[in-house]
Amino acid sequence: MTLVLEAAVLGILTGGVYALMASGLTLIFGVMRIINVGHGALVVLGAYLSFAASRTLHIDPFLTLVFTMPVMFLLGFGLQIVFIRPLKTDREALSVLVTYAIALGLEGILGYVFSANYVQLQAWYDTASFPIGDFRITYVYVFGFVLCLAILAALFVILYRTTFGASIRATMLNRTAAQLIGIDVDRVSAVAFGIGMATAAAGGVVFGITTAFNPGSHYDLISRLLTIIVLGGLGSLRGAVIAALIMLISEDITSVLISPVWASFVFFLILIVVLLVRPQGLYGVRVRERI
Amino acid sequence: MRKSLWGAVLSVLAMAIAACGSTSTAAPASPITIGVSVSQSGDFAGDGKALIQGYDLWAQDENAKGGLLGHKITMKYVDDASSTQQVVTNYQALITQDRVALVFGPFSSLLTIPASTVVARYNYAFPEPAGGGPHVFDRGLTNIFFVQPAAVEDNLVSYTKWLLGLPADQRPGSVAYATQDDPFTQPQVDKAKSLLEAAGVKTAYYKVYPAETTDFTPIALNVVHSRADAVVLGTQLPDAVAFAKTFIQQHYNPKTLIETTGPDQGADFSNKLGANTEGIMVPAGWTANAKAYGNDKFVSEFIAKYGGKAADISADAAEAYSVGQVVDAAATKANSIENAKLITTLHSGTYQTIQGPMSFDSSGKPQGGVGVYIEQWQNGAAIFVYPTSVAAAQPEYPKKPWS
Repeated sequence: MTLVLEAAVLGILTGGVYALMASGLTLIFGVMRIINVGHGALVVLGAYLSFAASRTLHIDPFLTLVFTMPVMFLLGFGLQIVFIRPLKTDREALSVLVTYAIALGLEGILGYVFSANYVQLQAWYDTASFPIGDFRITYVYVFGFVLCLAILAALFVILYRTTFGASIRATMLNRTAAQLIGIDVDRVSAVAFGIGMATAAAGGVVFGITTAFNPGSHYDLISRLLTIIVLGGLGSLRGAVIAALIMLISEDITSVLISPVWASFVFFLILIVVLLVRPQGLYGVRVRERI
Repeated sequence: MRKSLWGAVLSVLAMAIAACGSTSTAAPASPITIGVSVSQSGDFAGDGKALIQGYDLWAQDENAKGGLLGHKITMKYVDDASSTQQVVTNYQALITQDRVALVFGPFSSLLTIPASTVVARYNYAFPEPAGGGPHVFDRGLTNIFFVQPAAVEDNLVSYTKWLLGLPADQRPGSVAYATQDDPFTQPQVDKAKSLLEAAGVKTAYYKVYPAETTDFTPIALNVVHSRADAVVLGTQLPDAVAFAKTFIQQHYNPKTLIETTGPDQGADFSNKLGANTEGIMVPAGWTANAKAYGNDKFVSEFIAKYGGKAADISADAAEAYSVGQVVDAAATKANSIENAKLITTLHSGTYQTIQGPMSFDSSGKPQGGVGVYIEQWQNGAAIFVYPTSVAAAQPEYPKKPWS
């Protein structure tokens, strides 16, 4: 029983980290209707930037976010203008190819700069833990979870309590209508892409402390992140959070109770059942398109 | 008289032709290319880099002494992205399009198995540094030569011998096992488990997990809860580090911990765990301070070429270098670099390498009982601790608590 409880707590804590990583992906889809398959590579890029900054400046990995989040925001802003905005026709399909190309390009550059060897961010709390009842909780997961809550809360505030957030939500609801009422959807898209990348940087730092990674680590990541936002409902921030928690809790409990071999199976079973009942995902909106 | 004159002319002509022939033999042999599919991205990217270092250093040494039987060597590497499909495509292209003279093996049994099939189709010899799983040898192929001291499933035999050789009151009463479902790791762990169980050591936990697993914490928590005296893990570098970190976080101190891969990766392992590498064991066929044939030269040249310390050198690089040594010795013995002759030659005789002497049975499995040793991290360096014939220090047992 203790083990199951421990697995559930671990699932909640790591689920928060995945929620943070997936939040940028779902936000970008919501605003631009594109699947950013390069998002995993952007998380890995964030982890590498934190790795380089913490080594160079000898500072705590979480403190590196002061530098890496603005840098990633600007990079995202630029990437959207250069690679995504020019896509005028067949946007959904072409964006998959373009963002995949970005991922491969990033993998190559990171491999050249940092080599293919696995690295991991170091901090005093990555192996430190404290007891709760019969088991121990690791500080890094708690810190990561708190960071995720803070950033996700900030995202919710931006989306629901600011004029710019209203522009983002309007663009998410109906791009053409948003343009008609005077919203600069190109600017909104670029900023949203930047915000998505800034959250990738934040997710990357926790990922980098808890996992040994190399430039090729994005393949595993993106498959998990895409599954999360499909379960949560494409474009739904709340859905991404709930889906990430469902994924990690179900996988961790299955791993300890049955076997790691069945961990993904159980999650995909949940995914299939949900999609059969709600094809748009837990919090997705059903879109009717004229064909 | 006329007959003898013609005979003399023919004799002179024959001698002239023979002389021409001998002149052409003495001319420098043509350069050759050796092709290798290496994982430069994906799960085995770190190991792939080490293989390239080992192969490149061997080629450099070989060229410095005039080449392989006089053939200057160029190494050609193509990235397989750690993919079982890409590795097949790569060897097909190296042989049929690039027309390389020889091919050397990739990293892991996972990639060696599909690669060896296509290489055998073209009758190329396939000396390889890292594919020693049982399935590599049970498909009837005769072109494979696994250049390590023992077949993979025997890698933990030395460890089990050492454990069972401990005084009865010190011997671990229970063992927890966890391994990737990888053809390199699982056979080792399974064999160790069967040997220890046969000797009466209780299995506290046993679990196989998919090689694609990225979150190892739940599995590690199960090991922690088993409270086993000893832990045997079938890992690569990322899970080797992840398991150790979870054990540290949970304050779980087994008396002994051995991991199939990871602790043999030099600085790539130690820079993630720092002082907590202390006491962790790994089966190893090579160490920087071993007194095997040419090892001192290899270590000094490696440091000169790539920097770092002897302790930082990955065993993967040494295994790759050994592949070259075996091929060099076989080519010299056969006086040929033709693949058919190399295959025949390699099936007999013993070949000196920096991992010790090598010989191969008909399936390419190493034989001769050289065996794999146990390496343990002590005071920041991985050193041989068993068997005593090669040990640089006593095994640290029980392992010190995490710092």
